[in-house]
Amino acid sequence: MLNIKDLHVQLEEEEKQILKGVDLTVEAGKVHAIMGPNGSGKSTLSYVLSGRDGYEVTGGEATLDGEDLLDMEPEERAAAGLFLAFQYPVEIPGVGNMTFLRTAVNAQRKARGEEELSAADFLKTIRERAKALKIDADMLKRPVNVGFSGGEKKRNEILQMAMLEPKMCILDETDSGLDVDAMKLVAEGVNALRNEGRGFLVITHYQRLLDHIKPDVVHIMADGKIVKTGGPELALEVENNGYADILAEVA
Amino acid sequence: MGEAATKSNPTEDRLATLSMPSNGWADDARKAAVSRVREMGLPGRRDEYWKFTRPDTLVQADAPQAALFHSDEAPLFDEMDRLKIVFVDGVFDAEQSDDLTLAGVRIDRLADSADIHWASDLYGTLEGNGHYVPRPLAALNTAYATDGVLIHVTGKAEKPINFIYLHENETSDAILHHVVKLDAGAELTLLETGPAAARFNKCMEVDVANTATFHHVRAQGRDHERRAATHIFARLGTESVFKTFTLTVNGRLTRNECVVELTGDDAVAHVAGACVGDGDFHHDDTVFVTHDALRCESRQVFKKVLRNGAVGVFQGKILVKEGAQKTDGYQISQSLLLDDDSQFLAKPELEIYADDVACSHGSTSGAIDEEALFYLRSRGVPADIATDLLTLAFLAEAVEEIEDEVLRDALVERLQGWLERHRG
Repeated sequence: MLNIKDLHVQLEEEEKQILKGVDLTVEAGKVHAIMGPNGSGKSTLSYVLSGRDGYEVTGGEATLDGEDLLDMEPEERAAAGLFLAFQYPVEIPGVGNMTFLRTAVNAQRKARGEEELSAADFLKTIRERAKALKIDADMLKRPVNVGFSGGEKKRNEILQMAMLEPKMCILDETDSGLDVDAMKLVAEGVNALRNEGRGFLVITHYQRLLDHIKPDVVHIMADGKIVKTGGPELALEVENNGYADILAEVA
Repeated sequence: MGEAATKSNPTEDRLATLSMPSNGWADDARKAAVSRVREMGLPGRRDEYWKFTRPDTLVQADAPQAALFHSDEAPLFDEMDRLKIVFVDGVFDAEQSDDLTLAGVRIDRLADSADIHWASDLYGTLEGNGHYVPRPLAALNTAYATDGVLIHVTGKAEKPINFIYLHENETSDAILHHVVKLDAGAELTLLETGPAAARFNKCMEVDVANTATFHHVRAQGRDHERRAATHIFARLGTESVFKTFTLTVNGRLTRNECVVELTGDDAVAHVAGACVGDGDFHHDDTVFVTHDALRCESRQVFKKVLRNGAVGVFQGKILVKEGAQKTDGYQISQSLLLDDDSQFLAKPELEIYADDVACSHGSTSGAIDEEALFYLRSRGVPADIATDLLTLAFLAEAVEEIEDEVLRDALVERLQGWLERHRG
């Protein structure tokens, strides 16, 4: 599903190489996790894949079901089925959450040549999915993420994911700023979306999110590269011993 | 006035092209207004008050040509129950207008009102008082207005009154003067829609007596090349309310001035505006609010979205006179510049002679929030639609100044449509 080959990326503003040859394949139906110390390039990878400005790809490729992601505008990537749950969801004063979601859902449908969702169908679906995430009517009416707590923002990200039904979901440190209960709720939301056609890439610092969202494959990223790949036990090793041993081992 | 000029004088040149209508009761006011025009002189490029806006085309003898624009949209507020008063290029159109009778209101036309008239105390009076700063185009209006509407509100008006200004002649030059008098406790909502003429000089004097309420919502239309200089002069009595909002999505040149005097205690004045300018567009909001009583509240909220070289101007002043204690004055003017070619020029001013007041003002100018734009696009919203969403969001604070939800929704819906049509 998601294929990344020898991806090299530097900042646009300065000649600083962030990704130095990332190779990664996420198959449909699988959950891959990326762990790694601060500054290893995890978030950069998620931004580059979703098309944020400020990065320059200097080599390699990234495709989603064979389509070249790096050549597309951010909205085209979304319509192709890519979704990034932001580490820091953006507050947008003046734009209602519901308006935003309906605009997004219908824009994607239009881009794929599908019929737009009627107002009634949309409302029915969003109410159902919001309820599962304990998002009340008030949160749907309020401006996007404005005045939301950390937990509400992350639940709102998962609601967007549930409404947009992407093929490939990237979660960038979705556990940051969450208490245990909020993390469980978010993890349940993610698990409900797991199915054989959908791939997940979960970026995290900590093992604890992976207790709730069980990964099939765990990658360790350091200094702009995937340095080690293994099963769920790799996350436990990080939890117990930190990154030092692993990094020493691959150095 | 004075000796024959040896070289051309723009004020005299302009006056020479105009002939003063006569309608008895207003004649003295008109003559006094001509004297004011001569005294002040019509605005020129060097005038401080016209520093950011070139007045030439508003002053010159003939109205510059303005191409017509044919819209397939339903008229704004069409689905609302309101009394329509229609002007075509500044000329009253009885056919298209409703019968001028409304419970709680007396309506006359300036052009055909009787000789002894309730408006004689007001016509030209608020305009004449409003010259802390010279406003010669308003005095010119008082002197030469060919028509207008005189509204005396004695109770709660049964429904809103809607002035509809149609533009059907490429060189029309319209001068209209309205007077609105609200008795104690009276209430009126006045709507103004449409571009009016190739060049439009409009003046409105509003006298709001104690405990009366006046709401004003104006949409100057879209896509017309028109030019306009408009003035609102308002005087507010004790515990009265005056709220005005203007939406502008068109025009080569617009200068909207609003001059408010809070003369009774505990009065409230809100002056707001939103404009979206694209290309050859110059929009100037000039506001002057005077606090001359206790515990009054005033708000000025102006938002401008500018692209493709459009220019926005805001000149806003709060003057708090001696003794106007507990004044609560607020002023904000902001612009969203969608490209590097567009410009926003702001001159916020506070002048305070009382010691127990709360006044604040702010002015900002910025580009679109790239973080928000990327967030929207990452959810599949195309860049142009995302920009429109953020544009509407930016304007929301000003639009929310419209108290009536039905009117507000109607404007927002129309604005949404206008933004869509401007795309691509």
